[in-house]
This record gives sequence, structure tokens and C-alpha cells, in this order.
Amino acid sequence: MGKQLIQTHQYPNGLTLITETMDDVQSAAFSIMVPAGSIYDQTNRHGTASILADLITRGAGPYNSRQLSCALDDLGVQSHEGANSAHITFSGATLAGKLAETLKIYGEILKAPHLPEDQFAASRAGAEQALLSVEDDPRQKALIELKRRSFPAPWGLPTDGELTDLPNISIKDIQQHYQSCFQPNGTIIGIAGNVDFEQVRQLVDDIFGSWEFAAVREEPGLVYEQEKVFFTEQESTQTHLGIAYDAAPYGHPDYYAAWAAVGILSGGMSSRLFTEVREKRGLCYTVSASLTGMPGLGRVLCYAGTTSERAQETLDVTLFELTRLGEGIEEAELERCKARAKSSLIMSQESTSSRASSIARDWYYLKRITTLDQINEEIQQLTTDRVLGYIHAHPAANFTVLTIGPQPLEVPSDIL
Amino acid sequence: MIFYKEKLNNGLQIIAELNPNAHSVAVGYFVRTGSRDETAAVSGVSHFLEHMAFKGNEKYSADDVNRIFDEIGANYNASTSEEITLFYGSFLPEHLKTAMELLSTLIYPTLRQEDFDMEKKVILEEIGMYDDLHSFTAYEKVMQAHFQGHPLGRSILGTVQSITDLTAEQMRDYHAQQYMAGNLTLAITGNADWNQVLELAHQFCDHWPSGKTERPMDEASPADHAQIIIEKGIQQQHIMQLAPAPAAQNLLRLPAEILAIIIGDDSNSRLYWKLVDTGLAESAELGYNEYDGSGTWLTYLCSDPELTESNRQRIQEIYDDVNQNGVTREELDRAKNKLASRLVLRSERPMGRLSSLGGNWVYRQEYVSVADDLKLLNSVTLEGIRELLKKYPLGYSTTAAVGPMTSVVD
Repeated sequence: MGKQLIQTHQYPNGLTLITETMDDVQSAAFSIMVPAGSIYDQTNRHGTASILADLITRGAGPYNSRQLSCALDDLGVQSHEGANSAHITFSGATLAGKLAETLKIYGEILKAPHLPEDQFAASRAGAEQALLSVEDDPRQKALIELKRRSFPAPWGLPTDGELTDLPNISIKDIQQHYQSCFQPNGTIIGIAGNVDFEQVRQLVDDIFGSWEFAAVREEPGLVYEQEKVFFTEQESTQTHLGIAYDAAPYGHPDYYAAWAAVGILSGGMSSRLFTEVREKRGLCYTVSASLTGMPGLGRVLCYAGTTSERAQETLDVTLFELTRLGEGIEEAELERCKARAKSSLIMSQESTSSRASSIARDWYYLKRITTLDQINEEIQQLTTDRVLGYIHAHPAANFTVLTIGPQPLEVPSDIL
Repeated sequence: MIFYKEKLNNGLQIIAELNPNAHSVAVGYFVRTGSRDETAAVSGVSHFLEHMAFKGNEKYSADDVNRIFDEIGANYNASTSEEITLFYGSFLPEHLKTAMELLSTLIYPTLRQEDFDMEKKVILEEIGMYDDLHSFTAYEKVMQAHFQGHPLGRSILGTVQSITDLTAEQMRDYHAQQYMAGNLTLAITGNADWNQVLELAHQFCDHWPSGKTERPMDEASPADHAQIIIEKGIQQQHIMQLAPAPAAQNLLRLPAEILAIIIGDDSNSRLYWKLVDTGLAESAELGYNEYDGSGTWLTYLCSDPELTESNRQRIQEIYDDVNQNGVTREELDRAKNKLASRLVLRSERPMGRLSSLGGNWVYRQEYVSVADDLKLLNSVTLEGIRELLKKYPLGYSTTAAVGPMTSVVD
């Protein structure tokens, strides 16, 4: 992979900085993860974190909303902020020479947002529009609902919130969410690009060093869904299928075996699902499986979209392929996974954004950084026996099955 | 970064922007064919053919093609637009030969009947999938309304009927006519050796038939205020509107690109502040699309149906103001900055450079380096934007609506 220069620094107030110096690029990217995600929304107020992620950029420190946008545009920052389950994440990229000025603005956003009351209604209306659009997009909805059904609450709940809860949320809830969640302890800043660690360390100290440590919050309790089969009737052209089952989470000793198992199912166009469901039978345009998770809990989430008259066959063939994996895998299938891994790991060095978010995420899950060489080594050492051993220990079983479309499908009860 | 070009005897053009420090190499075949080159009888054939390309030739089966691409860990795919069918991939430099051979295989597939019959089902599924994506339906319909009677009005996907009726023979004829080497450009970016590229191009492409098709490039004259309304029982209303804008060969395309950022980018634009920031709409955007001989301003609004009319008025007020007063120097400078940053960041990856390298060549037969592109961007003046607005004012000639509304006030 070539040498990677990754350095970390822990500030006294609990903030963590991780940098990766990349000499061949002109840009620098950042990913700031603040532990303020949707899992901290109060009951009946799901959507609070999502609205906060929008409202927080509507003015901060010396800038009003418009001035803030203009200042970032003038620095050429391509930015994005949003709530996911555990964090509100601020990410962006610009030319490396503009990083210092950019981070100063983010210092204002994180530490001194205006959270203007007069813009709260607009922000909440925007959140409502986004949720209404999901209602109109059965594919997106299928994946959001599958996540809800296959992860325990509050981790599985939609990160953008619930339509029915939005009217309950007030500006006070937003301010309270900010007060209780925006803190240096637990916040992770990942920076990758043409940067010097010492300079960045000092810069982050200047900007965030005075940010005060806050009381540690209690993590929310987990509530598991008991039902396994779900159907939502919708007048869509296609029927949208979601299937989920357990897998090893990130950080688990078997994680890379789990990754390879999903890769054999759905990595590349020679993978089993693509070959069996699409290429051999022409049942759908999109069929995929991916490995996803929360700390300590992994899931494989599969999706297929197909016209309604062929939906039952699509479900049957997909379930068959998922369970057939336990019968054996070929050497060549695993080799293809290894080749894809090597190539994508090397190519990730061409993207500062990808590296910035990887190092920040790694710190969150593992409290250390896995280098590209380490990941590659883990993957190249996998054998078919090891992957098969994993599959037998974590079989595709106990499925959660969800369909959105004109008619429900038959799900054999012995696989649930 | 060094630029190279060559033309094979059969007319295939090869262009490359090579960088020995890149980690990867990206290769694309840009075929100058798309839905605008079809007749009604074969509507959707370009896109269906793009799928069939992956079914292989005499040497490689469909399984082989997918398998070998995966064996070298390539990121590969293809796309079809109104004007270009693109086959592309990015991979590690050591796999250049395998990747070039496979990508070249895609250009001359065998088009076996059984593969054709199976893939037809996938295409019909894809049409079904897009039918559930309402903004896409709105796009197809507004293109159809705007370019009525003009080749650009043809659907890329075709219809369930046209795809069902299409035969493999018709596809073979279309392929023979459109995939002549003179219609193709091979573009390469990233870490590769030019001599090796040339050698491989000779090896895999020399035997392709020469020839070139001409494409009528008349500027479209859209039907005035044509509308297509598709009623669907969904929550949000999607409106797309088109107006004429500069063609790909028109120098006003640069001011047009900048103006679209100022007025209708998805953040910090006039439409954004008036409609999205205020929570009145989920999306309100202005885009600029360039084609051979024609161009469009594309306005997209997605909002609560009850707010649609008032939102459309707000958009019209913005357009009226811009048409009359232009934009400010501050807005111009900011948009240049925004575009320049996007350009530089995108260009850090070979795959990010491929489409602009190939696009510039196919549309204008010109090579524009990132540095030259930045200079061009900086050369745009307020005067240029005024001239653009005089010839191509913001507004709409045609409308498509998808959602609960049964009519749209014109």
C-alpha cells in the first residue's frame, strides 16, 4: 500500500484528533464526529438531532446564516453535515492551504451556534419535506424500514426522525440537545491530506482547546423488535424487498471473514446475488447485500426491487442464495474479494475525504486506527475454510423480511 | 500531467492525460451514440445495447467478462445518455492490459439471442425501477415535451412496449451502424505508459471497422408552453421545466455553468435561500445541460403540492429579476471559487478527470487541462453573463409535473 503517516492526539478536554498526511494531493479533508446523533433524541421527539444538524449552520459566532455559507464558499469548502445514529457529522474538503481558516469557522459552528429561534420553523419544515420525500421513494423507504426492524431501538430508528414526532419538537428541544451533546469528550476530528501534524495539532488546540469538558451522558437502553415479517402496501410499480440477518460487527475478530462472506454474495458483478438473481433469471435490475452495523452489533442488509409478479420468485431465489453460502465457497470467489479489497484500499489513497472519514470512524469503533496495510493483510490471509467457518458460526438465518409494494409475499416460517 | 493523442487508421481517437504519481488508471470508451440517434422503432436500443455489451464475445462469455473484471479488482460500469454511451473502469496500473482487452471486448459484443432475451427482462425491470423514482419520470416527460419532434426528445430507456418489441436483429443493425471506430474515443487518465496504451489500442482496436455517422445538430425550437401532467397519489409534487440555453459548442456555455451555480445550486444560491432555506421546498434547483447543437435550463422544484404554485411564483420572480438586472460581482466571484474548488478536488482522482477529458474531446475536439479550465472559468465576466441572459433568458417553455396535482397553471 505504501507508507501511511497517521498520527493521533488526545486533548485534555477529551477531544481526539487523528491526521493522515498525504503528500501527493493538494487538498485536505476533515470529518468531525460529535456524539450528538439521533439515538439521543428524546422519546416522541425523533428528528431533534436531524433538525439540529440543519439549524446549527444557520449562524455561528460572528456570522449569520448567509455569511457563514458565503465564508465557506469563499474558502472553496465542499461541505456536508448531517445526523446519523451516534453522531452529528461535519465533513468537508478544500485546498490544504485553506484548512486553517475553514476549521476556525467550524470552531464557531460547534462552540457558538446561534440556533436562531426565528429559523426553527423553516428548519423543521425542511425536515418534514425530506421525510415526505422518503414516503414517495419506496426503495429508500425499504432500506430505512429494514434498518428499523433489524437493529434495536434507538439505533435502528430513522436518523432523519419520524413525521409524527416533528410537531412535538420545539426550539427548546434543539437547544437542549445541543447543550447535552455538543462536548469535546467523545468528539473526534479526522483530517487527511497535504497537512503537517504539528501545525494541525496546534491549530485544533487554538480553536477547540478552551471547549469545556461536559458531564458524561448515559447511553440509551436497547429495545429489540420481536416481529420478523413486515409488509407495507404501496401503489408502486415495483415491489421492494428487504432482508436482514446477523453478522459479525466491526472490530470483531471475524469481521473480515464477515466482509468476505458478503463480498462473495454481492461484491462486483460476478457475485452470487448478481449472477443468480439478475444475470441468470433477469428478475431485477438492483439486488445487493451490504454489511452494516452499530458498536457490537452487525447485520447484513439485502435489497432487491422487482416487478410485482416476479417478486415472490425474487424473494425465494435470494433467500436460497443467502442460505446456500453455508454449503461451500470457491477459492476463486474469495480471490476476487481479495483483489477488490486490495484495489479499493489503494485507490482510497486518492481521496482525502474517504481517508478523513475512515480514520475518524476507526477511532470511534476501535479507539485505534487500522492502516491500509493491516486491513489488506487481514484480508489476504483469509482462507475459504476460515470464511466458511465464520458462515457456519453466523449462518444466514433468523431473517427479518420486509416488503413494500402492492401485495404481500409468502415468507416460509422456518427461516425466520 | 502530460497530454497525448493519436488516431488509428480506422478513425478511433485516443487521448490520454497521464500522471505517473497516480495510484490508479481510468479508461473509458466514449461512443458517440445515444437515444437521439435512435428511430422510434428502436427506442431504448442504445441503453439496452450498453447492457448487452457485458454479455461478451466469441472469446469471453458474460460470466467471463464479469469474473475477469472482478479478478483485477476493477471499478467498472457503463452509462447511456441522449448523446454518449460510455464504458469505463478504474483499476491498479498493473492491470492495464487485461482491463483494456475487456473494455474493448465490450465494444464489439456477439449479441447472442439468448442473452438478449434474458437481458430484456432486466431492462424492463429497470424501467419499472425508474417509474418509482418520480423526479426521473418528471425529467423524461419534460424532455419529451420540450424536444417534441426533435431527436433529443427520445427516451433513453425506451418504453415497456418499445423494449418488448425490439429484436436482436434490430440491435445488431443499430450496433453495426453506430459503433464504427470513427464514432469512438478512447480516453485514459492516471498512471499508464503512453507507448503501452498505444500498443494495446492497436492490438485490440485496429480491426474495428472504420466509418463515422453524422448527427443532425439543429438547435431545437421547443413547443411553447407544452405541458405533460402525470398524476400520482404521492406526497410531494415534482415539477420540471425547461428553457433553451447555449449548446455544447457555444462559448456562452461557461457563463451558463456559472449562472446555474449562482441561481440554482443546491446550497447558497438564490433559489436555495428563497425556497429551501425557508423550508418551502425540499428541492429548488436550476441546472444547465449542454447537448450537441442545443442546450437547456432545467428548473426542478419538489415541494408540498399546496405550496407548488406560490413556489413557482417565487422562482419566476427570481428569474425576472436576474433577466433584468443580471447578477452581482460578488456572486460571480463566489461561484467561480466554488466551481474552481470542485474542479480541483474532483481532478485529484483519475476517475474524476475521465469524464471531463472525454467530454471535452467528444463535444469540442479540444484538450483542456485543469489549469486551462481554471483560466477559462476566471475569464467569465458580468458582461458575458448579461450577453448570455439576453440570448437565453431564465424561464421555461415546457413543463412536466408528477404528483397529486391534476393541473399546473401556465
